[in-house]
Amino acid sequence: MVKGKFFFMNEENFPLIFIYKLRMIRMKIEANIGEGVLEKKGITFAEVRSQRIKEFFIERFFFVNGLLAILILLGIFSLLFAKGYPALKELGWTTFLLSAQWNPTAYEIPRYGILSLINSTLMVTLGALAFAVPLGVACAAFISEAASPRIREILKPTVEILAAIPSVVIGFLGIVLVNPALSTLFGISHGLNALNGSILLAIMALPTIISLSEDALKAVPKTYKEASYALGANRWQTIVRVSVPSALSGIIASIMLGMGRAIGETMTVLMATGNARALTFNFLDPIQTMTATIAIELGEVPYNTTHYYALFIIGFVLFLMTFLVNLVSDIILQKYQEVER
Amino acid sequence: MSHHFKILVRHLNFYYGDVQALKNINLEIPANHVTALIGPSGCGKTTFLRCLNRMNDIIEGTRIEGEILLDGTNICGREVDPVQVRRKVGMVFQKSNPFPKTIFDNVAYGLRINGNFSKRETEELVEKSLKDSALWDEVSGRLEDSAMELSGGQQQRLCIARALAVKPDVLLMDEPASALDPIATQKIEELIRELKTKYTIVIVTHNMQQAARVSDYTAFFYLGELIEVDRTDKIFTHPGLKRTEDYITGRFG
Repeated sequence: MVKGKFFFMNEENFPLIFIYKLRMIRMKIEANIGEGVLEKKGITFAEVRSQRIKEFFIERFFFVNGLLAILILLGIFSLLFAKGYPALKELGWTTFLLSAQWNPTAYEIPRYGILSLINSTLMVTLGALAFAVPLGVACAAFISEAASPRIREILKPTVEILAAIPSVVIGFLGIVLVNPALSTLFGISHGLNALNGSILLAIMALPTIISLSEDALKAVPKTYKEASYALGANRWQTIVRVSVPSALSGIIASIMLGMGRAIGETMTVLMATGNARALTFNFLDPIQTMTATIAIELGEVPYNTTHYYALFIIGFVLFLMTFLVNLVSDIILQKYQEVER
Repeated sequence: MSHHFKILVRHLNFYYGDVQALKNINLEIPANHVTALIGPSGCGKTTFLRCLNRMNDIIEGTRIEGEILLDGTNICGREVDPVQVRRKVGMVFQKSNPFPKTIFDNVAYGLRINGNFSKRETEELVEKSLKDSALWDEVSGRLEDSAMELSGGQQQRLCIARALAVKPDVLLMDEPASALDPIATQKIEELIRELKTKYTIVIVTHNMQQAARVSDYTAFFYLGELIEVDRTDKIFTHPGLKRTEDYITGRFG
């Protein structure tokens, strides 16, 4: 009986919302083409109805898929917070954020200060940007403004392939290549330190910065450049005074995205920075970033201890940081597109 | 024609790759007069205009033959620096293209890249250029506003001011009023008539009435060739060739 009803659906047993919608559609169609025309053309109301139902479900399907991304984001966010909450309740934000001593497995008093970890993460990130920004923007300017089409065709895909190198391979290069180089250059016992991490992260942030900056530079209207040339500017002056300023918001957004990648990178910094939990501002000192701490300790920590929960708090803070960077870059991009319009 | 000729064009051929866009152009452009270039779309008049300040150099795969003498010096040679040519020969484009900077910075752009002007000199030259382009009264109070906030006609006059600031000898205009309303167009045309006392002006236009109103000489281009050039009043009243007459009376083009 129920089955039969399902197959012979009519307006009586159809869900109310559909009926309302279908009546509106029928009224609209008839208002547009005149009453009875639908029947004359051989299109039955049932056909229109089934079409609408199909569209309704297709629409919902895409809507749910779109929603999924948001749900996953919120899920991770709340999971991190919920998992970290017990530690927060026990120790409070101040313990985490105002102390630089991270030593949860200490024999006497365990320490949960993550300031040195945050500092380390910021150090390698800013250090990476110090290398990657000038290099990346210069490379982008070369590709978009100066390179011949042939060189451009080779260079851009190559740069983008650079992004596909696994981070563990980059970390490997850090140990066997950058490590001895730094140790010789600065006369230190080993080269596993913040500078090493910065250099490697710079390599990893470069593809993002180059590729997106180049897109932004290419989007600068040709008329700006022509105006500049017509006023007697040479190529260099045109790049520095017209192209780069006009593309600035796009370039900044690319830097922010590169920065987002550098903050969250784990394996490379774990391998190359020496992992010493000290608060330092010297780039030649070994450091331990937030990501490396989680990666090293989460595998060995006893479940449901304060230490375990505290690691989630690190993850939560890290997530906030990357989220903030991405948000800012999004806002800048948005502004950029408005100006273009 | 007993004028001093500012620019002499001799046997000029121009190619985009394999396509010949200009065929053996010979033309004299008199100093301190307005020369209009007319002709149907694709006839080569804009290409010709861009030859006069080497703007075609920035398009890849172009080739130029023949010579263009500016005050007796050939500006076409490979050894000639196009940057130097463009400082003497300014250009205003079809679509107004101010930089996304302030009004002041737009006009000062050419000064800042070209030489060492003190802040004071720059300010004076910007003011003078804006007065010369009849824009000063409208913008004097808001030089620090973005140039993008100006109306289309104001933007185009700003572009003229920007070109004048570097003190060129010649001013090239590529359909400067084609995107403007009649009132803004009238202002630009008045400006052109004023400017010709100081500059040699070459203007490309699709608008026959505009050519008749502002120019002293008119050159008619067709399919990459220079068909006829003469005094504007003569071209528009007694054209020498049938093809010219057909075009200016609107029978084709």
